[in-house]
Amino acid sequence: MLDLFRLLTRRKESSKDVAKERLKLVLIHDRANVSPQFLEMVKSEIIKVIQNYMEIDEESLDIQLTRTNSDDGERVVPALVANIPIKNMKNAGR
Amino acid sequence: MGEVIVITSGKGGVGKTTTTANIGTGLAVHGKKVVLIDTDIGLRNLDVVMGLENRIVYDLVDVVEGTCRLKQALIKDKRFDGLYLLPAAQTRDKNSVSPEQMMWLCDELRKEFDYILIDCPAGIEQGFKNAIAGADRAIVITTPEVSAVRDADRIIGLLESQEIRNPRLLINRVRPDMVKRGDMMSMEDIVDILAIKMIGVVPDDENIIISTNRGEPAVIDNKSLAGQAYRNITKRVMGEDVPLLDLNVSDGFLSKMKKLFGFKSA
Repeated sequence: MLDLFRLLTRRKESSKDVAKERLKLVLIHDRANVSPQFLEMVKSEIIKVIQNYMEIDEESLDIQLTRTNSDDGERVVPALVANIPIKNMKNAGR
Repeated sequence: MGEVIVITSGKGGVGKTTTTANIGTGLAVHGKKVVLIDTDIGLRNLDVVMGLENRIVYDLVDVVEGTCRLKQALIKDKRFDGLYLLPAAQTRDKNSVSPEQMMWLCDELRKEFDYILIDCPAGIEQGFKNAIAGADRAIVITTPEVSAVRDADRIIGLLESQEIRNPRLLINRVRPDMVKRGDMMSMEDIVDILAIKMIGVVPDDENIIISTNRGEPAVIDNKSLAGQAYRNITKRVMGEDVPLLDLNVSDGFLSKMKKLFGFKSA
């Protein structure tokens, strides 16, 4: 019975997937070679602009500096990834 | 003009010295003139891995300080034609050498040798800066572990900021059985995360320990799978296009029976 239980739970996620996910998160922070204050400044400016047009969820807003492959695949280039949940569109924007 | 290749990793204990010894020996077997430089001052090891520890008279620091001539400090490996070692100093510290001195040294050696391989110390401090100062190319070593991959990522960033473009990745100590059951990151997983090109993958192989015990690089051992991997990597260093080693364990009936009776599956 215990073995069966173990079998069922083991299938959920392999340890290498856990490793990969953890690595990806750690590297996002390692690669963002800027101070948290800098990112906060960028974040608040972006919020200001977007709020003119739409209502956003400021709490779950997420901005990160990361790395990605360039279009030709030859170089690694930095990238700014922003995840901004929109609550509602403002009428003024239509 | 020779080429200077630095072998680096960030994290310690992932196989920089073993890789330097094996690629260097492999290149010499192909008839190239090769010199290996141990830049891990204070913790020298390349000499013992190569089995040349009893022949050291002068070292890297003696050369840059002018205590001896460069030629006097080079140890000739009598087993392989054209293979030389420049050992690190054991009783000094990393600040005994400067990046400018390393650049001078690399330029001098370029005139004489086809390949200059630099065994880099762990870490990102002075020793690392010295080791990469004169390098044209870099091989970054990692193992399929979170800590080693993280450090490799940092090293790749530092190499790029030092204008050493297109470093190549070597994944060491891969265990195909663990990859198969999802308990070890695969080559593809790691390449996906680090976004650089591979130069090879080396399986975890107990022959590496045996050959290091004897001071004979595994690359000359025809029965070792890791040796085969290093022979392929050597060819890729020379610019040949060699397919990656197939590490998939064939668990056919025969190999299972062999394992059962304690035979090594070929």
